[in-house]
Amino acid sequence: MANPKRRHSQRRTSTRRAHDHLTAHSLSECPNCHERKMPHRACPKCGYYKGREVLEMEESK
Amino acid sequence: MRHLKAGWKLGRNTSHRRALLRNLVTSLIMEERIETTVVKAKAMRPHVEKMITLGKRGDLAARRQAGAYLMTRAAVDKLFELSPRFGDREGGYLRIVRTGWQKGDGAEKAFIELLGAERVVEEKRQKRAELRAKRAAEAKKAMEEAQAQQQAEGGGEPPAGGEEKE
Repeated sequence: MANPKRRHSQRRTSTRRAHDHLTAHSLSECPNCHERKMPHRACPKCGYYKGREVLEMEESK
Repeated sequence: MRHLKAGWKLGRNTSHRRALLRNLVTSLIMEERIETTVVKAKAMRPHVEKMITLGKRGDLAARRQAGAYLMTRAAVDKLFELSPRFGDREGGYLRIVRTGWQKGDGAEKAFIELLGAERVVEEKRQKRAELRAKRAAEAKKAMEEAQAQQQAEGGGEPPAGGEEKE
């Protein structure tokens, strides 16, 4: 079986991991309720898309 | 070349996939709007459009071809009833709008609807609201009746306690 020949330094590990990160979604503003929403999707807050397209939203109690 | 035009396999074998798509297409024609995953919506789109093209042709042969694909006779009737409203369009009869994510597996959900389904969807929504209001009124009435009965029986005492004493 292949085995490591040399110890892996902390620095090597962290250098490798320097690019391991998540990126934030780019969000757009809902033209109806001005909440931030994901682009090309119906707004989860108000259910609007392209000024119409109403999904049935639950009324707040 | 047909490179990169393979379509969607949906993790199913041929017969399972065909059955799924036929069910989806039949449901969409009956309901005008259905909610499903984005991938299924995209996979079914060409099939629905082909059905509507048959519906626009409107002759007996087209009716039989549609009947061979759709699951119910009612769906065939509905298809030939609604297809004339797409007379001036050449394809693009459908709208897919992404609506969020599914709990459990995180699949992206969307609704797919026939263009001009807004009226039908609105009617359905109203009917549902009416039904809900009716049911709420009935529940309220039943609760009031139960309370009145309770007061008449025990003179304000809870009925469970009264039964234990006897």
